[in-house]
Amino acid sequence: METMAAPPTPDPRDSVTVYQQILSRGVPRREFLKFCTWMSACIGIGPEGVAQVVEALESKRRLPVVWMHFQECTCCSESFIRSSHPIVADILLDKLSLDYTETLMAASGHQAEACLHDTIQKYKGEYVLCIEGSVPLGDEGVYCCIGGKTALQIVEDVAKDAKAIIAWGNCASAGCVQAAKPNPTQATPIHKIISGIPIINVQGCPPIAEVMAGVLVHILTFDRIPQLDSLGRPKAFYSRRVHDTCYRRPNYDAGLFVESFDDENARKGYCLYKVGCRGPSTYNSCGTIRWNGGVSFPIQSGHGCIGCSEANFWDNGPFYQRLPNFPGFGIESTADTVGVAVLGAAAAGAAAHAVMTNFRKRHDIGEQAGESIEQAEKPEDNP
Amino acid sequence: MQASHDFKRVYVWEQPVRWFHWINALCVIVLGVTGYLIAHPPAFMSANEASFGYWFGKLRFAHFVTAYVFLANFLFRLYWAGAGNKYTHWRNFFPISKRQLREVWAVLKVDVFQSSDQPVHTLGHNSVAYFTYMGTGLLTVFQVITGFALYAPMTDFWFPHLFDWVVPIFGSEQNLRIFHYAVLWLFAIFTLIHVYLVFYHDYIEGHGVLSSMVGGWKFMEKEKIEAEEASGISGLPRRHRKNSKPAPAGVVSAKE
Repeated sequence: METMAAPPTPDPRDSVTVYQQILSRGVPRREFLKFCTWMSACIGIGPEGVAQVVEALESKRRLPVVWMHFQECTCCSESFIRSSHPIVADILLDKLSLDYTETLMAASGHQAEACLHDTIQKYKGEYVLCIEGSVPLGDEGVYCCIGGKTALQIVEDVAKDAKAIIAWGNCASAGCVQAAKPNPTQATPIHKIISGIPIINVQGCPPIAEVMAGVLVHILTFDRIPQLDSLGRPKAFYSRRVHDTCYRRPNYDAGLFVESFDDENARKGYCLYKVGCRGPSTYNSCGTIRWNGGVSFPIQSGHGCIGCSEANFWDNGPFYQRLPNFPGFGIESTADTVGVAVLGAAAAGAAAHAVMTNFRKRHDIGEQAGESIEQAEKPEDNP
Repeated sequence: MQASHDFKRVYVWEQPVRWFHWINALCVIVLGVTGYLIAHPPAFMSANEASFGYWFGKLRFAHFVTAYVFLANFLFRLYWAGAGNKYTHWRNFFPISKRQLREVWAVLKVDVFQSSDQPVHTLGHNSVAYFTYMGTGLLTVFQVITGFALYAPMTDFWFPHLFDWVVPIFGSEQNLRIFHYAVLWLFAIFTLIHVYLVFYHDYIEGHGVLSSMVGGWKFMEKEKIEAEEASGISGLPRRHRKNSKPAPAGVVSAKE
């Protein structure tokens, strides 16, 4: 661009491949291959895909990544750096080149802004924009400003030349807790602001570390975004419900339910459906990939899923109740209390109506048959 | 002593409509009961091992199978709204004439508030009933759309996936589920009032409305039938009315 004063200095990391950088860090090839195998399993491309991942990482240069933080708690970043595989965080954070990320970069202030500017110019149309957090639109966006610009201005600027956008977590994908009613700052997910650029919603609060890594590896390997579902989530990780991969599922089908958290059924590990588990309506890989290196996931620890990878999960009623409260009837009303009340009123109305009918329609009832009631009740009068 | 009323019997509900009614009733009951149990599974057999039981799975299976029957039956009824006799014609279900609206008011006065003793005699349904069934039809459409949208994730069959667009409208499956469930209560309330009113009309009017859904026949005094024919039946255009003139004597049939 003409406005650029001087071309940014070439990055020495640009000339080497991801694999070379891994080797230079002292990671043995065996570890590297283990990582590639594991990643291809995670992103669902199977054993035959391993070679592709290996080849991509061996031959391709780093993927320029700009990582923005808006309205969020940084739990996505926290999840990411706790990726189970020892070299995942390294490879993706360091070698993938996070050119700009408020949490992890060394630069600050004007230097950081310059770094962002440089990356955007240098890798125009090539960089992947990762966004953590929602964008507040209320009151002209004053609720989230960085370097004197609102989140909206920043995201519009940076997204313009991005190759793809990865919306990390529920904040960027659906607004999460700050978008829960009444959403005072008008927190808005990225896909409602930006159009024309592929957006990958990597849902969860936070998303599973391996899922995050898997999405990046997929982009690096195949040079295109993974297949997405109707809500923009990668199918490889979000096509099945937690319920479908839950190891407690047989209890559900057999009708064995925990009734309360301290009962015998909870000890036996029955299904948590009746104490509000959102597994049946939540799409995520918790049941298969699990957390903390495959150690566990909420249901395995005896707590129902709260549906953190679904939009509006904060508004979908109490976490420990099977069905959410019915909107518009106050916080204590479930559909059942309303339903029973209305059904009772209808029954009472019908009963009252029946009583009234016998008084007010007494004449009609007899008249229909051409008889008076008195005659009908005295059969001996009928010849 | 039998008064000298000249009753006629009129074939009102053709066999396909009666089949529709009872299949539909059965579906609503099965879907309602299984749906309620899916929302609130009772805690029985809880001493068993999971590997010995599948009752909840079977319950859900019954719900899903019945949903397909419910839909197929409803589609048939839509077809029959064009192919059937004038009492089942689709025009009855839309408030297209002033006469229908006047009839609504008259029915409310006579049957609900009971402030009038000028009874409304209709061979088919009265307009209040037709519009109510329009409402239950819309509820059926709503349940089919939301139900198949909730069912779609469990299958690869293309049909349920036609409703994939529904979930984003409601924001999440969890939110959709509550609406799907709430309509169960509306069906329960409808059923209660519906059954009560059928008994009520049978009791008050003596036209055989209760048995008409079994045999198809209603019974009405000749002069009332003529009065009804003269007023036109529930907004039907003239071309539909002309073949519904009462036969000169004996059995009157709407369509033979």
